[in-house]
Amino acid sequence: MARILPEPTPETQHFWDGASRGELLLQRNKATGEAYFPPRPFCPKTGSRDVEVFKASGKAVLWSYVINHRPRPDMGTEPYAIAVVKLEEGPTMMTNIVGCPQTPEALVLDMPLEVVFEKFSDTISLPFFQPAKS
Amino acid sequence: MQKNSVAVVGAAETTKMGKIPDVSVIGLHADAALNAMADAGLTPADIDGVATAGISPVELAHYLGIKPTYADGTSVGGCSFMLHVRHAAAAIAAGHAKTILITHGESGRSRVGAGGFGRAPSSLMGQFEMPFGPVGPPTMFTVPVLRYMKTYGVTEEDLATVAVIQREWAAKNPRASFKDPISVDHVLNSPMIAWPFRMLMCCLVTDGGGALILTSADRAKDFPNKPVYVLGTGESVETPMVSQMYDFTSSTAFKISGAKAFEDAGIKHSDVDHLMIYDAFAHLPLYGLEDLGFVKPGEAKDFIRERNTAIGGKLPLNTNGGGLSYMHSGMYGMYALQESVRQMRGTAAAQIEGAKISVAHGVGGMFASSGTVIFTNEK
Repeated sequence: MARILPEPTPETQHFWDGASRGELLLQRNKATGEAYFPPRPFCPKTGSRDVEVFKASGKAVLWSYVINHRPRPDMGTEPYAIAVVKLEEGPTMMTNIVGCPQTPEALVLDMPLEVVFEKFSDTISLPFFQPAKS
Repeated sequence: MQKNSVAVVGAAETTKMGKIPDVSVIGLHADAALNAMADAGLTPADIDGVATAGISPVELAHYLGIKPTYADGTSVGGCSFMLHVRHAAAAIAAGHAKTILITHGESGRSRVGAGGFGRAPSSLMGQFEMPFGPVGPPTMFTVPVLRYMKTYGVTEEDLATVAVIQREWAAKNPRASFKDPISVDHVLNSPMIAWPFRMLMCCLVTDGGGALILTSADRAKDFPNKPVYVLGTGESVETPMVSQMYDFTSSTAFKISGAKAFEDAGIKHSDVDHLMIYDAFAHLPLYGLEDLGFVKPGEAKDFIRERNTAIGGKLPLNTNGGGLSYMHSGMYGMYALQESVRQMRGTAAAQIEGAKISVAHGVGGMFASSGTVIFTNEK
């Protein structure tokens, strides 16, 4: 069964275009510099439309997760972690952790992670995170 | 809202509860509504306001033959009914309607006439959460909990203890789905659903419904049952995506909703005799006790382990057995309200003697929304 994939909207297209190029794109308020996610054409703190897209560092820490023991059909047959990472720039995002056993012993909160992208179609690559190499 | 200006004069659940394969969703709404009308001595012709979630108030009104001057279709998940009570109280005070019916019905287990689950893949949740493999509430509502556990030293045993104590309450309730005693070991050896959550830390999936009828306090004494007054209310909404909660160790919506309700009611926490906290999963009572201000952050696990919320404790919590043991059709908030009303009427299966103030606190979605209603039986 094919992976459930996102359908971009005009407000999020840049994020998915970036992901297809291997770039994690966030947005920030140009006046305050505060980054936010998910994408929208204004700063959720101030309502300002004076915002810009920028390339994030791709660094994050493991913030929280569960290990799903009843896999969704498109996710294979083994338990997998549904994780939230806290990006270096501040926002949190849901993701999967790759390159690492899907166990409580291997998945330790606050462990450093880095983004990697996996291509699922010509227009969609999903951002995953793996244990940081550096 | 003026305190105690509005009262619940009709309250009932569906005739049957649990597995009801011979009744559709709209039928469960209607069964609960007719039971609540019978409880209040009313017919559909007496109702001039309707509120519901899951189905549209249009469907509800027409199915029951009600031609209302007020309709509320607020649908923010399982606490929608707390918001309906709040909005109904304001509407009655404003003169929009005199007698408002609030209904819930859900074929959560049998799925008779029920819609499907699912989010549009272009929604924010569809884009930024669903691709990563969540399968409904057990894998989403639970996502923030490891952060909460690390922050406050909460253990899997602490989560299990919530389920064990609620089962003790359920044992006193003939209508509860699960009544047999369980131990922490039972819970920790039940099937793994989404680590650290095991089956007995997750709510039931059942069929059922409930309905409430509200009117102004000055009319309430003319009804057959003891009026239950609305002393204070609160509501808030936070995020459609659990990954975007403002703080993984606390529900901002709980805090806002609870604080407003207590401010409205003008009561102290020590005045509360009975408490319902919507428990879709075992962590909800922990977050709820802290975010409503009954205990400080991180203290709920000890408060529960020391049996303050158990039978004989100083703050009886989820006395019907809760979503973990009583029933959970999908939008459980209605059953929390029903138990609060029963406690205030003095008719609960596990009645708290002399209880005068009851708080019913609900959550909607996966920490998406919240509603709080404080009831009293004294005016």
